[in-house]
Amino acid sequence: MTPLEKVEGRAIPLGLKNVDTDVIIPAHWLKTTSREGMGRGAFETLRADPGNLFDSAEYQGAPILIAGDNFGCGSSREHAAWALGDLGIRVVIAPSYSDIFSGNAVKNGILPVVLPQAAIDRLMEVAATDPIHVDLDTQTVTTPFQDRFAFEIDPFRKMCLLEGLDEISLTEKSDAAIGAYEQKLDAERPWMRPAA
Amino acid sequence: MTRPRTLYEKIWDAHVVERRPDGTSLIFIDRHLVHEVTSPQAFAGLRASGRTVRRPDLTLAVPDHNVPTTARLDADGNKLPIADPESAAQLAALEKNAPDFGIRYIDAVAPEQGIVHVVGPEQGFSLPGTTIVCGDSHTACHGGIGALAFGIGTSEVEHVLATQTLLLQPAKTMEVRVEGEVGPGVSAKDIILHITGTIGAAGGTGHVIEYTGSAIRALSIEGRLTISNMAIEGGARAGLIAPDETTFDYLKGRPYAPKGADWDAAVAYWKSLATDPGATYDKIVVIDAADIAPSVTWGTSPEDVVPITGIVPDPASFADPSKQAAAAKSLAYMGLEPGMRMQDVPIENIFIGSCTNSRIEDMRAAAAIVKGRHKAANVKWAIVVPGSGLVKRQAEAEGLDRIFIDAGLEWREPGCSACLAMNPDKVPAGERCASTSNRNFVGRQGPGARTHLVSPAMAAAAAVTGRLTDVRELMA
Repeated sequence: MTPLEKVEGRAIPLGLKNVDTDVIIPAHWLKTTSREGMGRGAFETLRADPGNLFDSAEYQGAPILIAGDNFGCGSSREHAAWALGDLGIRVVIAPSYSDIFSGNAVKNGILPVVLPQAAIDRLMEVAATDPIHVDLDTQTVTTPFQDRFAFEIDPFRKMCLLEGLDEISLTEKSDAAIGAYEQKLDAERPWMRPAA
Repeated sequence: MTRPRTLYEKIWDAHVVERRPDGTSLIFIDRHLVHEVTSPQAFAGLRASGRTVRRPDLTLAVPDHNVPTTARLDADGNKLPIADPESAAQLAALEKNAPDFGIRYIDAVAPEQGIVHVVGPEQGFSLPGTTIVCGDSHTACHGGIGALAFGIGTSEVEHVLATQTLLLQPAKTMEVRVEGEVGPGVSAKDIILHITGTIGAAGGTGHVIEYTGSAIRALSIEGRLTISNMAIEGGARAGLIAPDETTFDYLKGRPYAPKGADWDAAVAYWKSLATDPGATYDKIVVIDAADIAPSVTWGTSPEDVVPITGIVPDPASFADPSKQAAAAKSLAYMGLEPGMRMQDVPIENIFIGSCTNSRIEDMRAAAAIVKGRHKAANVKWAIVVPGSGLVKRQAEAEGLDRIFIDAGLEWREPGCSACLAMNPDKVPAGERCASTSNRNFVGRQGPGARTHLVSPAMAAAAAVTGRLTDVRELMA
């Protein structure tokens, strides 16, 4: 996973609420055994409109996406995070996210920034013409117009993003604790193992 | 004396392997369900890093999303090829990955095959008090038997395969209490649609819901699985219902459920899981069962719910400006005008199936409505897709297949089918579908498809009248 500390660039002012993962990547794009190339199907239904933001010259290569409440709701498909990553998006800024999506995003080096709607409204204005700066280390979003918005993030997620950490390797350090738990479980509740 | 705890807190506490100073915990996973769509990249990751599956005995794989619901065997009993090469490749990958990693596997042509969330409880693989995960958001379903069950992404699938654990933050708790008795024609699906309409699509975000109250207690396991299935539509990753005698009666004797003395020990443990008197929830929502009507969605979010006797709302009637904009967009997509009566909406397609509503009770409820009637002339496509081979066999033993076929509906093989437009079962652009599935998102049932979420009885009623219909009018 590519570490993430500072991201600066144009932000796509999508702004919609309840953007579900079927909209981020429709199911027919999931018929693959690879993680690659998902960007081609990203936001397919929105991009059917010729005037859409994603295909406008203005936002080509934009590393930031601004959205409304409950971004990434619905299906657990991690393909949504892969699709955003393939589009080059490293940061999403929204008032709230579905729990599953925000986890998937972090595991793919994408920072889900949570800011109140008033801040989103201001950033949407700025995004129409100017770049936005996101600093994970200081947990701030700033604009060329002296706007400064602080955001909260879970410390474990912050560490994973800053260091580009592989979570499985980290958990493998707890191998002995997992083994001890399994032994205790077998002793206390042996019926928990599938009977057949 | 220990602090009173909720059902969720008890299951969580019993699964903590390690508590980290930053508040995350390493949580042991008792059951891992795997299907063909969200697992290939996880198995590829294991291969690339030389890792194995830590607990193949706790892992069960079954194909469901991509399998066509038409015949899978020819007249001689040979497997028919899958026409779509991409689907065929995903199914082949699971068929290879399962034995390569020593995982239990139910083949697409096995009698037990079905939608993973129907198969888990039906096989007794899903048990109360366990933690269950699957790379599918409707894993919440298994909460209906009292399991802490939730959907995960593919990176987490790989994490569970490799370590049998997940790193998680504890969720907040939310009680949704439904008290009283529901009226005639009101099913579990109507209860959960009403709940979703009440709390909103993000109402449960960050929370684990526990559904309580006399209307929930009165439900069968099939009904409870329908309720928990759609916890995610209200934003909650998991939705639990405390296990009770109904749960134990359902699970006893199922293939993977405990047997003999183990069964007695298990039941004693499961009984200890109920939320303690005096335990508190972070959020409480109380609903009067008498307020719930047969329900239907009008928009493109599962929170867009009205009673079937209602009308299409005016976007201006919503207080929140972003909801006003979303509603206007939804109505344009759905081809509906504010003020239109829901019962006047014509329907061309009917889908009875999905992990929400494809169990035997759902089949019976739909069959009871179409029995002796015929699908309306304007209904072009009406399919009934049982959730598993065992549901299919049971329904056929009861003669339900004949009732559907005589009424002009198609009787299919088990799978996810028209819920998500990944297999050949899709709704054409611009056409409507009365669907017993869980999501009315833009393009969910096919590009441009217009979905109205309803109960199995309501879908059956729409099939015979050719429009959204109050099922109570067709009940004797």
